[in-house]
Amino acid sequence: MGEPATNPVLEMTGIRKVFPGVVALDGVDFRLFPGEVHALMGENGAGKSTLIKVLTGVYGIDGGDIRLGGEEVRIAGPLAAQKAGISTVYQEVNLCTNLTVAENIFIGREPRTFGKIRWGAMRKRAAELLQRLDLDLDVSAPLSTYSLAIQQMVAIARAVDISAQVLVLDEPTSSLDASEVEQLFRVMRRLKADGVAILFVSHFLDQVYEISDRLTVLRNGQLIGEYRTAELPQVQLVEKMIGKELATLESLEDKAQQSRTKSAAADPLLRAEGVGRTGAIAPFDLTIHKGEVVGLAGLLGSGRTELARLLFGADRPDQGELSLDGKPVTLRDPQVAMKRGIAFSSENRRTEGIIGDLSVRENIILALQATRGWTRPIPRRKQDEIVDKYIKALQIRPADPERPVRNLSGGNQQKVLLARWLITEPRLLIIDEPTRGIDVGAKAEIQKLVAELSDGGMAVLFVSAELEEVLRLSHKIAVLRDRRLVEELDNTAGVDADRIMQTIASGATS
Amino acid sequence: MTILKNRLFWPVAILVALLIVNVFTSNQFITLQDGHLFGTLIDILRGSAPLILVALGMTLVISTGGIDLSVGSVMAISGAVACLLIKDLGDQNAVGSVLLIVGVAIVVSAALGLWNGSLVAVVGIQPIIATLILMVAGRGLAQLVTDGQIINVQSSPYATIATGFFLTLPVAFLIAMAAVVLISVLTRRTALGLLLESVGGSPSASRLAGIRAKRIIVMVYVVSGAFAGLAGLIYSANIKSADSIAAGNLIELDAILAVVIGGTALIGGRFSILGTVIGAILIQTLQVTVVGIGVPSKATLLFKAVVVVVLCLSQSATFREKVFGRFKIRTGVPA
Repeated sequence: MGEPATNPVLEMTGIRKVFPGVVALDGVDFRLFPGEVHALMGENGAGKSTLIKVLTGVYGIDGGDIRLGGEEVRIAGPLAAQKAGISTVYQEVNLCTNLTVAENIFIGREPRTFGKIRWGAMRKRAAELLQRLDLDLDVSAPLSTYSLAIQQMVAIARAVDISAQVLVLDEPTSSLDASEVEQLFRVMRRLKADGVAILFVSHFLDQVYEISDRLTVLRNGQLIGEYRTAELPQVQLVEKMIGKELATLESLEDKAQQSRTKSAAADPLLRAEGVGRTGAIAPFDLTIHKGEVVGLAGLLGSGRTELARLLFGADRPDQGELSLDGKPVTLRDPQVAMKRGIAFSSENRRTEGIIGDLSVRENIILALQATRGWTRPIPRRKQDEIVDKYIKALQIRPADPERPVRNLSGGNQQKVLLARWLITEPRLLIIDEPTRGIDVGAKAEIQKLVAELSDGGMAVLFVSAELEEVLRLSHKIAVLRDRRLVEELDNTAGVDADRIMQTIASGATS
Repeated sequence: MTILKNRLFWPVAILVALLIVNVFTSNQFITLQDGHLFGTLIDILRGSAPLILVALGMTLVISTGGIDLSVGSVMAISGAVACLLIKDLGDQNAVGSVLLIVGVAIVVSAALGLWNGSLVAVVGIQPIIATLILMVAGRGLAQLVTDGQIINVQSSPYATIATGFFLTLPVAFLIAMAAVVLISVLTRRTALGLLLESVGGSPSASRLAGIRAKRIIVMVYVVSGAFAGLAGLIYSANIKSADSIAAGNLIELDAILAVVIGGTALIGGRFSILGTVIGAILIQTLQVTVVGIGVPSKATLLFKAVVVVVLCLSQSATFREKVFGRFKIRTGVPA
């Protein structure tokens, strides 16, 4: 396949966007052809989001031009973008879950006669539209009755129906499980066949390779290049994205292997016996030793998060016994758990992790301050000292402790949260999806950190949807399926992703 | 031009402008007479004391994402309790007894705040509804206390709270300033401010960071109640009587306005004590100015509204972008 025969539907040349103090985009070119899936790749902060926001009219540009179908356009706002034929579906679905599927698709543009909505026609058209995407839904059911994946596809259906030239999908797969991703990809392929140009952003390299035809790599606001996906090996892609070689990732594996045998002999730190919570997770037994990394594997919704929350007192178990250092404990609320040396970083970075308005410094000291109570503030000099140390150690960028944490990229926010928990010097660190939605570089750094912490004697409960990552880091893996802990595996030589997938797929193995 | 970008630039600018207007329209802006300062400026400071107190409490409540509509009613109850007790004193001029009664009234007000706080944090009622209960019921309660009458008192120590002077400055204003210092120290010298902003910014993230929000939320409503009570005493001492109907009428709206002018968002999170104080003084100055420049009494509310609209527009990023954006000089970053 050479240069696509047709002309590009979208052509952005020399795009420049400056924010106070930062050049976010510096002469970036981007082309999108009809009937292709084009992945936009780059680390957090590389300029992907800025480029998308320029394209969808959220930001104006400081230089360059945008051509749609060969004609130069000025995209004045999101509405103008929509009118010009550019639709966007964001990571967080912007729909009203309390309305029906049909209402969501036609909200604001309902078929009417004399102001009266023609409900029948609306439902019929919605059903037809979804049919075209191979989706068989009850269009008069509230959207909330469907899974997040389906909701996302409804959002896509709506977007395509409004304007079908260019479809921007920003991290659409980050909260979907494997089968849902497959479903989404089917829809994307169908749209592609209809000639829609799809701009796809994802942190999952495998997905990019599965679905995209071409890709454009950005780094530090600059264009690195445009490639045919099939002609660019993954390793090269990652190197182009981070601008250095992948030594860190490689060496990690050996390290985990070495220490794998070590911790089984250590003393048990936290033991759960028959702990469970009705409707969240069936009673389970789990022992975490000092210095041990326990991985929780399972599909989305298999009870990984629910299990982790019980061990932190974020939710209270309604049965079973927890013991710490061999003594029974009741974790009444998070603070009790924290005082006993347990830390928990939630998977929902935005809603249960960072406090967006507060500064990096304030976010980092928050948990430590909470355990001390409000009457015993951490002296400012001490705060600066701790915060500086962790900004350096975790390479938080930008290295400005007074910047609102909201303005940091996802990977850096995640590091801020890790810093928040590390300064409480926990004995057990529970981290739920610490690498979701962050770039490869930061991901490797966080994985490395987990390995180091475990070497230093800290126990880690590592929850992740990425099996590869769980396998790389864990000494022991607990597999969950349908809100039940079905198997506990020592991560020895014979254990691999296939072995775990098998358990996830079929339940307990014999 | 970083000064233009400061949140408090426009409120301060408008405050200064209004004060300058007053320099010309008032007979005496500020003079020293009978050993204390006197004039329009001093009237403004004295008159703004109750609003500053109420707005201070409101700032803390709003920073947690809540709101306290009951402050006006608490003012009425506080004044009613104080006047009822003072009226029954053998000697209404006994300083000790009056101080004790002031203390009682503030404790009663704090208890009302505890009621609000419990409804919000323990029972889980939405703040606007929870405090609406006391807003409506409170005036009834005050009328029960005073038996529906206006209670007049003749106590000079009590009147001093509102009309006295100390070190050339009005006692009422000094009380308000003491409260400002107290709250500033309480929130910024301890970690209370951080925890408040955290709870207001994201309750669920705060919980997982180990913050026990319930106590903090109850506490801010208690503070709001106590300060509203103190404001009620100043109001009642000023007119030497307890007027259950007029005391603190609609003050909750002025207080909310003062908080917003001061740059604290109604959704909670970051708050500014200094901003609130400026906001409260601004509102009081506006009221004085309206009278001073002779706006007909029928039009005063409208005039006030216009100034508030201008102020809010000046603080709106979207509006500034629309109006001034196109004249913006391209400074940018050197490429």
